[in-house]
Amino acid sequence: MMEEWASLALDTAAARGASYADARVVDVRQRELSTKNSKVGTLVESESLGLGVRVIAGGAWGFASTDRLNRRGIEKCAAEAVAIARASALAKRHDVVLAPEQAFVDTWQSPFIKDPFRISVDRQIALLLEADAEMRKVAGVTVAETGMVFRRLEQLFASTAGARIHQMKMQSGAGVVASSFAEGELQKRSYPNSFGGQHALRGYELVEELDLVGNARRVAEEAVALHKAPQCPEGVRTILLDGSQVGLQVHESIGHPIELDRVLGMEANFAGTSFLTLDKLNILRYGSEHVTVVADARLDHGPGLGTFGYDDEGVPAQSTDIIRNGRFTGYLTSRETAAAIGQKRSNGTMRAESWNRLPLIRMTNISLLPGAWKLDDLIADTDDGIYMETNRSWSIDDRRYHFQFGTEIGWEIKGGKKIRMLKNPSYSGITTEFWNSCDAVCSRDYWTLWGTPNCGKGQPMQTMGTGHGAAPARFRNVRVGVAFSR
Amino acid sequence: MPPKKPAKRSKPKASKAAKRPMPGAAADRFLIPRPEFERIAERIFKFSRAEETEIEIDVTTDALTRFANNTIHQNVAEQGISVSVRAVVNGRTARASTNKTDDVSLARVADAALRLAKLQPPSETLLPMLGPQKYTPVKRFFPATAAATPEERARAVVGVVKLAERNKQTAAGIFTTGISQSVLATSRGLFVAHEQTRAEFSVTFLDGESSGWAKENFPDISLIAPGALAERASQKARASLHPREIPPGHYTVILEPAAVLDLVGFLFYDFAATAIEDKRSCFNDRLGKRIFGGNITVWDDVYHPLQTGAPFDGEGVPRQKVLLVDRGIPRGLVYARETAKRLGAKPTGHGFSLPNEYGEAPMNLVFAGGRSSLDEMISATGQGILVTRFWYIREVDPYQKILTGMTRDGTFLVENGQIAGPVKNFRFNESMIEMLASVEDLGPSVRAAGEESFEMVVPAMKVRKFHFTEVTKF
Repeated sequence: MMEEWASLALDTAAARGASYADARVVDVRQRELSTKNSKVGTLVESESLGLGVRVIAGGAWGFASTDRLNRRGIEKCAAEAVAIARASALAKRHDVVLAPEQAFVDTWQSPFIKDPFRISVDRQIALLLEADAEMRKVAGVTVAETGMVFRRLEQLFASTAGARIHQMKMQSGAGVVASSFAEGELQKRSYPNSFGGQHALRGYELVEELDLVGNARRVAEEAVALHKAPQCPEGVRTILLDGSQVGLQVHESIGHPIELDRVLGMEANFAGTSFLTLDKLNILRYGSEHVTVVADARLDHGPGLGTFGYDDEGVPAQSTDIIRNGRFTGYLTSRETAAAIGQKRSNGTMRAESWNRLPLIRMTNISLLPGAWKLDDLIADTDDGIYMETNRSWSIDDRRYHFQFGTEIGWEIKGGKKIRMLKNPSYSGITTEFWNSCDAVCSRDYWTLWGTPNCGKGQPMQTMGTGHGAAPARFRNVRVGVAFSR
Repeated sequence: MPPKKPAKRSKPKASKAAKRPMPGAAADRFLIPRPEFERIAERIFKFSRAEETEIEIDVTTDALTRFANNTIHQNVAEQGISVSVRAVVNGRTARASTNKTDDVSLARVADAALRLAKLQPPSETLLPMLGPQKYTPVKRFFPATAAATPEERARAVVGVVKLAERNKQTAAGIFTTGISQSVLATSRGLFVAHEQTRAEFSVTFLDGESSGWAKENFPDISLIAPGALAERASQKARASLHPREIPPGHYTVILEPAAVLDLVGFLFYDFAATAIEDKRSCFNDRLGKRIFGGNITVWDDVYHPLQTGAPFDGEGVPRQKVLLVDRGIPRGLVYARETAKRLGAKPTGHGFSLPNEYGEAPMNLVFAGGRSSLDEMISATGQGILVTRFWYIREVDPYQKILTGMTRDGTFLVENGQIAGPVKNFRFNESMIEMLASVEDLGPSVRAAGEESFEMVVPAMKVRKFHFTEVTKF
């Protein structure tokens, strides 16, 4: 049926005068489970099936979507998209031009071992309740929370150019959080990461590998112990970040500024613009020679939330150099923005949250490639520093210069050894100064393709999963502790 | 506690409030008629084998025209339905949802909810579903908003673009209109519907390296003035040219309503009784104590003329007006049914749809205002910073309620009662407890729209010793 629906939408759009149209039929199934203090919280399954059609008519864009998947509903939707495009043409400055792309006919599926929707819900709840109970065994824990989320997305992309691409993606995520309120402060620890834990384009095997139960008590003990830990000092220090925090640092201070729609002002009203103006391409010293970053949507890079076979414009997954040994070398592009800056081809980053949203330039897997250090050696090589783990707060300005991050826990390093826990760690800086202060990145043994499931962009807002491969890394002369200065 | 006897499933009966007239003939051509919702509900009740069944139906029709670089670059429309079923069996509950309304899909979603419910441990605190309730009507549907066309939105954008071109600036923004309908029905006879419209215009003007911004959001499109908003954004952008860097520190700030909204909006969940019970509210151990200034009074009030939303919560409980902060003293909390029973209080009509772990929250905050205009606040300020809006606000410390974020789109130094010029944007780290204890002056409360919080009714505020900690490059 997907093929019939898409073809009907394309035929209608073409008959109404569209010079180009593409249609996506998307069928999403989701399961969410959570517990709080030994009780089941959320227990929800949902499904959503619909069609979105994007057209160029009169040289301008229109998009409409519907879940009324009968002839009348689809024809009305496609006709509305064309009418909207003609309204857009009232305020156009020039006709839309797309970089050329081959019309692919293909099928792609993300690999997984265990279908999470075939694992019984009671078994999944039992695992969460066991992890929940482990956290609550620790005196001082005031809230124990656990959660899992699974998403199966099947999609057909079709275009008037002849593309027919069928994709199926399976996504899994899980994590635990222990919170402790005491002495007028609230501390928390998450495992394996904040933002609901780890998320990847994998099956239930991801959840089993995480060993939530085996890690629950440790994070609970750390949450309670933080109350007695000294405050992270304020000053300029050497810092080491764990891989998950490096991943978020990449997301905010590299992933967003390289979005070419931001650079070209298309997101100026909401998400903002970017300091990475076109004159900086291939010139800007973004980071030190230890900093090499790629945007890689291919499965070869790993099963990240930014992994796919084709993007939502039918462009195949690619790997693009973003920063090569510190030098800025590439943007994330779409067919329209690539053409706008004279590039021959999009590097395939357009994705939409679901059938009812327009594809936008979104991060794929934006990853800092690993270095050569062992973590123990890096700590031993640090005379005076702070090791920070697991994000707690994050904020960056609308051109992506100035950022501030807080993490859940810190460890003071003196003479090459972690000597004590620190609470309320935070650090701040200017993007390029920070990445140029990087003098070490740990090796592939410590490298994880982290999943960020909650990246917001666009109007109407779209939430998208992105991937960030990262290993622990060291940065010199970083301002720490400002968040708590009074 | 679970119900002592399984509830007998029955055909839903309309409550008195639900029988009230729909918004009128003009609305009929935009809205799905009530009998269509009743037919969907009846079919699900027929298919459901649960002891109790609750149905939520949400229908959305939205259109959004987006412009940037003085041209429309995205222009979208969406229409969709969500049918969500909650089943109860033996003191267990779960939810499943679909956007398909054929019999097979409705039967499947009813079965899925029941299957999920059966697979979990029983809850000792689950309450029976509600029967018919009495609701206070609210008028939130405006046919003129529902009737807005892509051409009308495009023409408004053309006007904005002409202004930008005349001023040698570039404009970016959105003009969006939409309709939402929501229905809640239970097998105990509750059936209530709500419909509302939404219109929103927001615009950023870019002037070289500077920017200015303005935004409005109302159910009634006739209250939106794109031309005036564009003029304001244009003037802010021009006035922001060539900002100078001044050192961070503690400054008196004059916060425009959007800036206030995006800060105080972070407090909303702290008023949830569940947050207090979980010891993760900043009002833990502070209820009944004077922690804010005597000029801070806050209600949750869905019935306020500048508010939007339905007069019922996720379980169908009628929403109540609740006094949350009384002249600087946090006193009131909101309660879902289950939270209220557990804590010996009365439900206030602020519960989320079940099942959930968060309980409840006030979604219609109204801050008491004052009488001073922004100009009066400026002229009474020796030295301070005028803030148009904040950006990327995040919580640094949940108990001291320290928030961080950036100023954006119009930040000005005030000296000797006048705007002395633009300054580079600051990062702040500020405790909301300290800020609301340091409010010197208030403007009239307005319906404010920002980007970090949902719309609320808040005033402009003049605040002592607001803590800017660092400066960015623009």
